[in-house]
Amino acid sequence: MPGKLKAKVVAGRHLPVMDRASDLTDAFVEVKFGTTTFKTDVCPKSLNPQWNSEWFKFEVDDEDLQDEPLQITVLDHDTYSANDAIGKVYIDIDPLLCSEAATVISGWFPIYDTIHGIRGEINVLVKVDLFNDLNRFRQSSCGVKFFCTTSIPRCFRAVLIHGFVEELVVNEDPEYQWIDRIRTPRASNEARQRLISLMSGELQRKIGLKVLEMGGNAVVGYLQCFDLEGESGLVVRAIGTACTLDKISSTYTAAIVQNLSNSSPSKDMKDSPQAVPSALGCRSTHSSPVHSASSRLSQGFSVSVPTLLFAGMGSGGSAGKEAGPLKALLRQQTQSALEQREFPFFTLTGFPPAFLLHVGGVVSARSVKLLDRIHNPDEPETRDAWWEELRQEIKSHAKALGCHAVVGYSESTSICEEVCILSASGTAAILSSRFVQDGALDTDHRFEDVAPPACGFCHIPYDELNMPFPAQLTYCHCCRRHKVPDVLFTTIDVPTEANVTGKGCLIQARLCRTKKKGQGEGNATAISNLLPFLEYELHTQLLNKLKLRGMNALFGLRVQISVGDTMLLGLASATGVYLTALPSPGGIQIAGKTPNDITYEQHISNMQKKINDTIAKNKELYEINPPEFVEEVIGSPIPEPRQRSRLFRSHSESSDEVLELDLSHGKKDAFVLEIDDTDAIEDIHSLLTDAPTPPGFYSCNTEIMPGIYNWTSGLQMFTSVRVFRLSNANLTNQGLNKIFNDLCENLLKSLYFKLRSMVPCCLCHVNFIVAVPEDELIQVAVTAVAMSFDKDQSQENGRQSGDKTLMKAITENEEQLQFPLELSAESPSNPLSCAKGLSEVSGPLPSARAPSVDHSSFTDRCSSWIEQLRLKAHTIRRGSIKTMSSLEKASPVPEGRSRSLRSNRSCPGSSITVVKMTPLSFIPGAKIIKYLGIINMFFIRETTSLREEGGVSGFLHSFIAEVFAMVRAHVAALGGNAVVSYSMKECVFMENPNKNQAQCLINVSGDAVIFIRESELEATPSQTQSGNVQTSSNGEGT
Amino acid sequence: MSVELDVFVGNTTIMDKEVYQLWLNGYTVNDAVKVRMEGGVMEECEASAEVLLSDTMDQFRTFQMCERLLQNPAKLANQLLFQIPPDRQAMLIERYYAFADAFVREVLGKKLSKGTKKDLDDVSAKTGITLKSCRRQFDNFKRVFKVVEELKGPLVENIRQHFLLPDQLARDYAAIVFFANNRFETGKKKLQYLTFQDFAFCAGQLINNWTVGAVDNMVEDMDVDLDKEFLQDLKDLKILIADKDLLDQHKSLVCVALRGKTKVFNEMETNFKNLSRGLVNIAAKLTNPKDVRDFFIDLVEKFIEPCKSDRWTATDVNLYLTHYTNSAHILDSFKYQTVWTRYMGVIKSCILRMYHE
Repeated sequence: MPGKLKAKVVAGRHLPVMDRASDLTDAFVEVKFGTTTFKTDVCPKSLNPQWNSEWFKFEVDDEDLQDEPLQITVLDHDTYSANDAIGKVYIDIDPLLCSEAATVISGWFPIYDTIHGIRGEINVLVKVDLFNDLNRFRQSSCGVKFFCTTSIPRCFRAVLIHGFVEELVVNEDPEYQWIDRIRTPRASNEARQRLISLMSGELQRKIGLKVLEMGGNAVVGYLQCFDLEGESGLVVRAIGTACTLDKISSTYTAAIVQNLSNSSPSKDMKDSPQAVPSALGCRSTHSSPVHSASSRLSQGFSVSVPTLLFAGMGSGGSAGKEAGPLKALLRQQTQSALEQREFPFFTLTGFPPAFLLHVGGVVSARSVKLLDRIHNPDEPETRDAWWEELRQEIKSHAKALGCHAVVGYSESTSICEEVCILSASGTAAILSSRFVQDGALDTDHRFEDVAPPACGFCHIPYDELNMPFPAQLTYCHCCRRHKVPDVLFTTIDVPTEANVTGKGCLIQARLCRTKKKGQGEGNATAISNLLPFLEYELHTQLLNKLKLRGMNALFGLRVQISVGDTMLLGLASATGVYLTALPSPGGIQIAGKTPNDITYEQHISNMQKKINDTIAKNKELYEINPPEFVEEVIGSPIPEPRQRSRLFRSHSESSDEVLELDLSHGKKDAFVLEIDDTDAIEDIHSLLTDAPTPPGFYSCNTEIMPGIYNWTSGLQMFTSVRVFRLSNANLTNQGLNKIFNDLCENLLKSLYFKLRSMVPCCLCHVNFIVAVPEDELIQVAVTAVAMSFDKDQSQENGRQSGDKTLMKAITENEEQLQFPLELSAESPSNPLSCAKGLSEVSGPLPSARAPSVDHSSFTDRCSSWIEQLRLKAHTIRRGSIKTMSSLEKASPVPEGRSRSLRSNRSCPGSSITVVKMTPLSFIPGAKIIKYLGIINMFFIRETTSLREEGGVSGFLHSFIAEVFAMVRAHVAALGGNAVVSYSMKECVFMENPNKNQAQCLINVSGDAVIFIRESELEATPSQTQSGNVQTSSNGEGT
Repeated sequence: MSVELDVFVGNTTIMDKEVYQLWLNGYTVNDAVKVRMEGGVMEECEASAEVLLSDTMDQFRTFQMCERLLQNPAKLANQLLFQIPPDRQAMLIERYYAFADAFVREVLGKKLSKGTKKDLDDVSAKTGITLKSCRRQFDNFKRVFKVVEELKGPLVENIRQHFLLPDQLARDYAAIVFFANNRFETGKKKLQYLTFQDFAFCAGQLINNWTVGAVDNMVEDMDVDLDKEFLQDLKDLKILIADKDLLDQHKSLVCVALRGKTKVFNEMETNFKNLSRGLVNIAAKLTNPKDVRDFFIDLVEKFIEPCKSDRWTATDVNLYLTHYTNSAHILDSFKYQTVWTRYMGVIKSCILRMYHE
């Protein structure tokens, strides 16, 4: 009995009218955890009920605490018939199980109904008492921290990075159970939401156990996905990187720089939940409805298409001069440490300094599987085996690149009926042993003295005489000692230490391929035959577009292949940059095949001119002016074309139209595009049709945009979804390509237009999800954040002041930092910290503003918008002579409001915290001081009155807005004011306009945090508190 | 081939002021796109018509979703669905409740009933304001009216608090509510030259001085209904015109004070009795609701028009009314000084406001 969960239902507001006769509602609440249910009294005839219930106490295993959500149902009492459900709130109590995260969940939660959407709000308080039980961690993994962030979270430092953890649970999808035929859509949706919530809880707990077993205390880069396999089931799987993290407190910070080794891992273990589970994995699932049994799959059929994508190269070990032998030793050690692991994979995309030594290139593997319709619970391990297979593939690819590890690793699936494409990709790399191995500390130290150069990661990790594929090697343009490739593709973020010339930009390759309708194995074979072509062409497009922008490296590469009945969609997104260490890319030269035709020649030369102009323009646009460098080309030992066709065996006929390296042209014209058919012309056209970003805009799909440092606090996260209907079923590949390309381009254009008020601004972490929901539909969903930056400020200044504030922040006492934030409505006794109280008192005296304070940002923290509005009303009221005495009697129409007018404190949650959301791991100009736990939410929305809700757009628009609102409410209830590393991982939309129906599933995740503005850290609290509440925050991401 | 679904949702709800105005003006999406294209936003941002259409549709949808909240502005501030910065919220509310002068002149003083709403298409045709916009404005009037109707306390304050409106707009609404409640006639031809702001000013005067609330701010409807007792008392003023001695005395006092100070002295002298009769008769008749409705017409017919035809300047009117009011205080046998002050204060400021040269 290791835990006591306590919940209290305070009040509701804005409830819907459930009783037409009285235009009111008799609401009560059921609070359910596991199998125990409590009920509040009925609060008759009110749309703003006050229940103020007692504390409902649940005595439960911590195992259940991890798996189960707290389920709150609001109902309308009906004397004569069954009570009507108004809606539900699921609260994930996991953040409360971690001592360092949130301590209480308290706030207004939207009451959600899968048919009607949000229907009012409910104020709930939740606490957990964990008992000090010796067996506390036997089955559960309470205390392991989870982060979606794919780098070491900002207020932690890594002691050890243990490596890859993965888990997968399978269940039947309630939507496809026989009972679904007789139950209501609402019941079915709720069963699904609840099941997925349970499965994610279970998954997280199991991963936590693995982490504990490895000796870690956290999972970073936690990526959880759902595979809706339809009739064959529902898979929830997750991967992550197990770490031992240490919270950075101010006293530490200084020490860290000097001697890392002092804080040995063993010391840290003490505060991490150490009682390593002895009986790992023996947890029986009888108490939970989730059975990790039922994976049924294709007997026998599996085609796997490994694709070794472009890679950098290099001879890490042999090239070093002074550091040579040391490095070799180091590498040996690391290698052995990593090789002990089954999968030396890391889901991280950003790394602690000096961790990433060399990058080989992108490795990816795909495999087409047939989901078996036949229920076969005797094969529970099948899906595990599929992924295992794929991971092995990746591992061997990495080996081929001379690398012992894979970083920036991710996995995904695309399902169409019974065909499923599994994909895995990452970046082959060589890592330092520093964070990987306990015993390597000595070497580490010595290595530290010869700190790796900033260009180190570009140096090829493999032997130049034994290259896995051809590449043009040159000496590094920075250190001039090591070899570097001519282009480098990676799935990671731009390393902070990397030298980048100019700015980067989003590069996308888009491709559509028609496919015949098929079934079963034939279909799977057809798809797997198409895949290599698709992948190859995407790659070619990427390379061409990269050259066209005068850049030489891609970061954050993500290739998505979506499968539909009649087509395959491929979308590769990455951020192109010019790495100073790499050679300048050659131009693109077009060569025609029929030299006698004069008009044709002319056409070609026109195109050539256009291309050259574009390259020149792009270089200017992205400020790419690399320093001149005398180049010695080290030829690739193997003739290019042959090598290529070895990799892409099946690509024989079309291989002559693709780019070839023309070594004779030297640096500038290394790239020749041969035009021999319409296809190639089409390709070049598409190359040139990418509209440049409008002035003032930049875009990237990585965390940070190289070349921009001076971010302002303007921040706007958004999701945009488009569905395109192809009316003509008999489209050619080119036609489809053009449509798909235009769809993406137009979507981007719309985004730029929408966000024009934020200029100069950069769209960061632009994440496209493509899908083929039906035969003739293409769906594209984009989530990104627009961040405005200060153009006038010079780069250097921005960088310097940023550093300065950071230093300041770090040196300040931690407790002091947190103090203004811990303020809550319940502690008005502290006059300094209680901004609310103060502002109320000093309402009419807004003049006392501290000049140097960032008012707009301050408002985020200390109060909510309603209060400001109220305050305005308040001051005006006082100013008006006639009404002096009328203050109390005035107008009590909506009771809640008039009361809150008078006192903010009487109604604890009536204020709304501003919650920022961003897909990035940080908030510009702010310091994250606390991680409150991960947010992982899954919602279903369905409607049977599509037209009435404004059609498909109206339906989805309100659903996405509702999802945002629920995420914000949960974060606010945890005491946070932002979500970082936010992502929308799933957006499945289905419609049936004829029946006036639609359904949508959305899965989002992120890390709830508390942040404070750096400017606030500098200003003394007493100065700032008074006036600013009234200055409205126009700086807020317009 | 068509875009079947197209949505954009920001964590902070993005709203373009210009598009919002087009929506408020009742434009269809296509018309709004046309207006925006003409406005040159495309060249400015290198956007295509397609982009503009998508943006406009998206924003119109957002506004539609917000409309429910705008009708209850207090809700807008503590709802969770849209994260809107406070300055934006204030803008949204203010513009939603803003109305066109041309429109309000058409319905000012009319009963805010279904019947009036049915006639809105005529109003729309006459004013060139879209029917949709007319309906919104009308519904706003009606909504404010209904909420305020049941409340105690000062009218302007109640409006400001319930609808979170800026001061000026709250005052305008107070005027609209006041006019609707008392059904003042404002549509007659003779009153056409008056603007809404003229009436709003007069309403303010009446609310502050003639309602129950002017003496007691605890009563329901205190600012909406005229003070019945006061209206009753006004009958006593009749003595000023009924008693011939008093009338003559009053006249001579005024004439002494005015002599040599104005070019139209002769006209003032000749017209004194007429004008005085006019003003006092208005006062005496105000107990009758029908005559309350005609209050403004009466002011124009009985006072403003005669003065106009004699070419008085506004200064002349001011001078005349000042002395006219003050002289009555010197009259020994005139005992209704407080009522007189309360009456003439409002009459004077209303006439001055309504006196357009």
